[in-house]
Amino acid sequence: MKFTLSWLKEHIDTDASLEAICETLTRVGLEVERVENPAGKLNGFVVAHVIEAKQHPNADRLRVCMVDPGSGTPVQVVCGAPNARTGMIGVFSPVGTYIPGKDMTLTAGVIRGVESNGMLVSAAELGISDDHDGIIELPPDAPVGISYAEYAGLDDPMVEINLTPNRPDATGIVGIARDLDAAGLGPLKNRAIKPVESRFPCPIGVKLDFVPGDQHLCPAFALRLVRGVRNGPSPEWMQRRLRGIGLRPINALVDITNYITFDRGRPLHVFDAKKVAGNLTVRRAKAGEEVLALDGRTYALDDSMVVIADEAGVESIAGIMGGEHSGCDGNTTDVLIESALWDPLNIAGTGRKLGINTDARYRFERGVDPAFCVPGAELATHLVLDLCGGEPSELSLAGRIDTKREAIVFPWSETARLTGLDIPTQETARILEKLGFEILPTPGNADRSYVTPPTWRPDIDGTADLVEEIIRIAGVDRVPSVAMPRRSEIAIAVLTPLQRRTQTARRALAAEGLVEAVTWSFVSKAEAELFGGGAPETALANPIASNLSDMRPSLLPGLIAAAKRNRDRGLADLALFEVGQIFEGTSEQDQKIAATALRTGTAPRIGSGRHWSGRAGSVDAFDAKGDALALLDALGIATGGLQVVAGGPAWFHPGRAGTLQFGPKGIIGHFGELHPGVVEAFDAEGPHAAIEIILDALPPAKTRATKIRPPVDLPTLMPLERDFAFIVDRNVRATDMIRAAQAADRALVTDVSVFDVYEGEGIGEGKKSIALAVTVQPREKTMTDAEIETLLQKIIGNVVQKTNAVLRG
Amino acid sequence: MSTDLLPGTDQLEVQVLAAVAGAQDEAALESVRVGALGKKGSISALLATLGKMAPEERRTRGAEINAIKDTVTDAITRRRRELKEAALVIRLATETVDVTLPVRPGGTQLGRIHPVSQVTEELTAIFADMGFSIAEGPDIETDDYNFTRLNFPVGHPARDMHDTFFFAPDSSGERKLLRTHTSPVQVRTMLSQQPPIRIICPGRTYRVDSDQTHTPQFHQVEGLVIDRSAHLGHLKWILEEFCKAFFEVPAVKMRFRPSYFPFTEPSMEVDIQYRRERGEIRFGGGEDWLEILGCGMVHPNVLKNCGIDPDKYQGFAWGMGIDRIALLKYGMPDLRQFFEADVRWLKHYGFRPLDIPTLAGGLSS
Repeated sequence: MKFTLSWLKEHIDTDASLEAICETLTRVGLEVERVENPAGKLNGFVVAHVIEAKQHPNADRLRVCMVDPGSGTPVQVVCGAPNARTGMIGVFSPVGTYIPGKDMTLTAGVIRGVESNGMLVSAAELGISDDHDGIIELPPDAPVGISYAEYAGLDDPMVEINLTPNRPDATGIVGIARDLDAAGLGPLKNRAIKPVESRFPCPIGVKLDFVPGDQHLCPAFALRLVRGVRNGPSPEWMQRRLRGIGLRPINALVDITNYITFDRGRPLHVFDAKKVAGNLTVRRAKAGEEVLALDGRTYALDDSMVVIADEAGVESIAGIMGGEHSGCDGNTTDVLIESALWDPLNIAGTGRKLGINTDARYRFERGVDPAFCVPGAELATHLVLDLCGGEPSELSLAGRIDTKREAIVFPWSETARLTGLDIPTQETARILEKLGFEILPTPGNADRSYVTPPTWRPDIDGTADLVEEIIRIAGVDRVPSVAMPRRSEIAIAVLTPLQRRTQTARRALAAEGLVEAVTWSFVSKAEAELFGGGAPETALANPIASNLSDMRPSLLPGLIAAAKRNRDRGLADLALFEVGQIFEGTSEQDQKIAATALRTGTAPRIGSGRHWSGRAGSVDAFDAKGDALALLDALGIATGGLQVVAGGPAWFHPGRAGTLQFGPKGIIGHFGELHPGVVEAFDAEGPHAAIEIILDALPPAKTRATKIRPPVDLPTLMPLERDFAFIVDRNVRATDMIRAAQAADRALVTDVSVFDVYEGEGIGEGKKSIALAVTVQPREKTMTDAEIETLLQKIIGNVVQKTNAVLRG
Repeated sequence: MSTDLLPGTDQLEVQVLAAVAGAQDEAALESVRVGALGKKGSISALLATLGKMAPEERRTRGAEINAIKDTVTDAITRRRRELKEAALVIRLATETVDVTLPVRPGGTQLGRIHPVSQVTEELTAIFADMGFSIAEGPDIETDDYNFTRLNFPVGHPARDMHDTFFFAPDSSGERKLLRTHTSPVQVRTMLSQQPPIRIICPGRTYRVDSDQTHTPQFHQVEGLVIDRSAHLGHLKWILEEFCKAFFEVPAVKMRFRPSYFPFTEPSMEVDIQYRRERGEIRFGGGEDWLEILGCGMVHPNVLKNCGIDPDKYQGFAWGMGIDRIALLKYGMPDLRQFFEADVRWLKHYGFRPLDIPTLAGGLSS
């Protein structure tokens, strides 16, 4: 919403500065977004008298002028304009003035041997029009010496406010003035409107043609004919105001409607009566109907939209834009003035559907003041009669105007209850009355009153709304900050176990050398399908782009795509992770938190890139497994019962992936290398080692009565370590060999690790050699050689028996 | 009786000392020692002769021979030390490495935390200290929780497909959507929990919007306080305390501007005063205002819609963009980079794995 300072002062008598006005507007909730003063660019330009203009001695097309800028001391100026002549009144800029049209600051100079100390300027040089046919000529009575901006009425700052949708009243300048008056900058001027004296009945009838239940689409429609008008340009004062807020003056009749739209927040429409065939009908549009609107475009209508039609067809899109056919132009002699009420929701819907944003729609979709429907028509008639002459008909009104408002029972203590600020009742009452609220006492109870909102505030319907009105005018800055009482002196833990695990998972994965990415919650359908998603249920009906169409079933597609983008920038060794939501469906339970990591290129767990100090190969399934186990450890998940089962979902390499589970129904995630086909689908290449652990699936932490830990086991005797190498079939799982060794004596065998794996020459086809290091921890007493030997034989025996192993010699 | 030395004794001493001095390594020295002082050594042999001597002679000769033994022992010890030192010098020289060779960085040097996660933890730390719990809800919401119960009027533009992501209607005709704010979590909390309520709801939110300052997904944190007396003065205090703590400045100046949201009444937008210094935003002074959040007293209709009696209970709520306050605090130039996963950006604006924000240690290092 825009207005100019002078226009505002039509409605409020104030000597407050522009700054004070803007500050107050923002303070009361009409946030000032922009202030522009065209005069700001015209500093230094003054109205001046050309005392004498004579031919330049050395140039045919130049004149030497003596100019009086009002100071009484003439200044010599060399001027090239053909219209520079003795006695004229023009616009002068002294040396040092910034010339907006030329983007330069004027300096003194010598032109063809003659000194020049300023400039007589054209409108183009001022940047106020494209007219550069000579210098500006002002009427002979223009006062010499005053600033040109002031003279030309350009010294009128434009203010734009960012209007919230609940304030239809402030779509009119009078509404803005009312707020300022309430805030103490008034008083408001009384701009009462008297009905015009009509000469004859309105000859054109209006029918509101709606089925029962649809009447709300047009509660009322006022129409008046003014015949015998002369439509030409509107007067300069009106044009200046319209231009001041960025509107283009068109002709007096159209300008009047625009003027009242901004002045009062009351949009109107004018029809050229001679172009209207028969009577008017207000009705729903019929599917297939079209209208050529005033913006020169043709709109296809449907039956959700309301139109004004005559016997020939649609003449106007109700409350949004008139039709080109019956628009007013310079030949209009008889004009129909429409002032109607429309349904805000319907107007908003039609505007959105047709993609039309007009000043009328802006107001009708917020809700115009029903009580101003008729006065608006009267005001427009007055202006038409003043500016264009003519004879007014009676105002015909179809429908019914309902201006009744429910009173709100308002306890005076309500403001203090909600804001903590105790505002005196008298001040509260003054604010409400200034804003147009009516206050009536409730019989027998002085603590509360009946407060009735004005017709221009459809947004007010309860006590909280009244508190907002009171506090915004009284000033939110008056509300003192009050410390909230603490719930406990020392803050208590508030995170849920899952929230804590989510935080820890991020830190743990980052500590593994992975960089956290945050990718989109949506992926393409093809990507979703690759990872078990892509069902119609989880597809967006209105995706912002086709590659962001489906809710992600996994964080992997986002990370693979991210890795690919980075690789395309020349960074090949990537270690990325994300901890975030994935979607198996649309219900609350279908949303899970996944902790997902991806390593590519040569970014294994021991560092990134090739390195002189050691392993420099590509990432593999064991990097992923390492990440997974490090994560589980950081989360405090007891891995005693954790099973690592070969294989994973289809997007993993079938031979290089594992499933982590606590029993077949307790799957917590997967690790391994991604399927080469999946990698290729992303146009990527090379091994991709990934983990995806579902944090919701992890076993809950055990809750114990105390924080006491079990007693520590600190044997006093030295442990001993023995190595064994076995040859087994290639498909024997290392984990079974370890278990078999451990089973020999669970108390004494405290650790079994694999320190070598060999396949190849010397051990036979389909075989592999696994070397185990077994740690034996004697307990109560030192073990004798015989006891040790017995235990070692049992270990060997167990492994041989369980895995068909052969001990290497 | 002659007091002369036994013939050859002095030569023996000279010979042994020469052999000690001539030993080039510890093994050679050891064989010299054995040759002189071992069981069958030359000096040991001399000592063995003492037993057959008369006591008088034994005393004199014994002193002489023991003196030689001591001299030789000392010499051997010295020589051993010399040889050891020389060997060490050689070993150290051969063990020299090029310490300028680069080493592999460890995990904590390589890994980084995304600013959105870091800032979420920062504000969690602050509000947890003020006694707020962290409430969460699903990203895929119902129209009822996202709009209707929050007092959005029918036909509000936010309910349109231009602004909100929708899913296809399910078998019951219900059309779910991606939440446009974290406010549905307020609804869920109020429906499941009786006042007093003090929660913040951080989470991911979505709007059909994509330009330089908007991304179709973003992160928001909302706060909600409901009890019998929570009022605007408390809200102002909480937000002021939060901004001071979050931006890590001793004082902030905030401006509460009346505004409009369907779910609060009165509603306000809050600006924070700032200035620019060498291109950086500084809070705690200055001339300009920057909008950072929206807030207000919870609308009585919202309380009613969530089963709370607005005559008994009252409260306030606020919401702000996590990405946006991260950007204001840490100076990222562009919101769109947040979800690009450009490793160069993540390494620059990300946080070290052990930079865990705490109130005791400071939110940021």
